[in-house]
Amino acid sequence: MPPLSIWYVRSALVHLLIGFTVGGLMLANKGMPFAPELWLLRSAHIELLFVGWLIQLGMGVAFWILPRFWTPPVRGNETGAIVSLVLLNVGVWLVVVGTVWRSGYVLALLGRLSEVGAAIAFASHLWPRIVPRQS
Amino acid sequence: MPKLTRWFIKTALVYLILALALGLVLASAGIFPQPFSVGGLTSVYFHLFMVGWVTQLIFGVANWMFPTLNREAPRGSETLGWATYYLVNAGLLLRAIGEPLLASGGAALWAILLVLSSALLVIAGLAFLVNNWNRVRGR
Repeated sequence: MPPLSIWYVRSALVHLLIGFTVGGLMLANKGMPFAPELWLLRSAHIELLFVGWLIQLGMGVAFWILPRFWTPPVRGNETGAIVSLVLLNVGVWLVVVGTVWRSGYVLALLGRLSEVGAAIAFASHLWPRIVPRQS
Repeated sequence: MPKLTRWFIKTALVYLILALALGLVLASAGIFPQPFSVGGLTSVYFHLFMVGWVTQLIFGVANWMFPTLNREAPRGSETLGWATYYLVNAGLLLRAIGEPLLASGGAALWAILLVLSSALLVIAGLAFLVNNWNRVRGR
C-alpha cells in the first residue's frame, strides 16, 4: 500500500471511530436522555461517517488499487491526490464545527467548498489512470 | 476468502435485503396502517443500510484484502476480528428492536437496549480500528 493510501485509510479509520462514538452517544441519549444538546451533533455524525470514513476510504483504496502506469512515477502526478487528502480532511472538520456551532454556517460552507476542491483535485489525479488493460 | 470475511459479507447481504424490505414498509406508510412509529423505523432503515450492509461489507473485504501482518497472524487477532463481527451485529439487532418500540411509547427495557446497542457499536468500531491499524501499511 503506498504511503499516501496509508494516510487516507488511517484517517478514514479515525473518522470511523469518532463518527461511531458520536452516533453511540446520540443513540444512548435517545434511550436515556442525559444531554439533549447531543442532537446538535447529528449533522456532524453524518459528515464524519459519509465523508470522513466512506469517501476517504474509497479515495485511499482507489489511489492504491486503480491501474498504474508502466513507467515511473507509476501513479502519475500525485499532487492532486495529496491536495485532495488535505482539502477533504480540512473540509470535514470545518463542516463538523460549522454545523455544531449554530452561527457557523460560513464555516460549514467553507467546509463544503473545501470538499468540492478535494473531489476536483482527486479526479484530476485519477482521470489519466482510468484506462483499459491495453493502454 | 477467509471465514470471517465470508460471514461479514453474507451477513451484509442479509442486511441489504432487510433494509430494502423495511424501506418498502416505510414507503407503504401512507397506504397501510403501521404497527410502529415510522419515525422510529426510519432511523433503523438507515442504519441497517449504512452499518449493516455498507460498513459490514467494507469490514469483510478489508479483512480479506488489506496487507497481511506476518505468517503467524496474517490478519491480526482472530479473536478481535470475530469480536467485531458479533459486536456490530448484536448492536444493530438491539437497535432494530429497541428503537421502534421505544418510539411507539415503550417501556424502560427498550431504553436499556438502546444504551447497550450504542456501547456495542462503539466498541465494535474500536475493535476494527485496533485490529486493522497495523495492516494499513506499505510492503
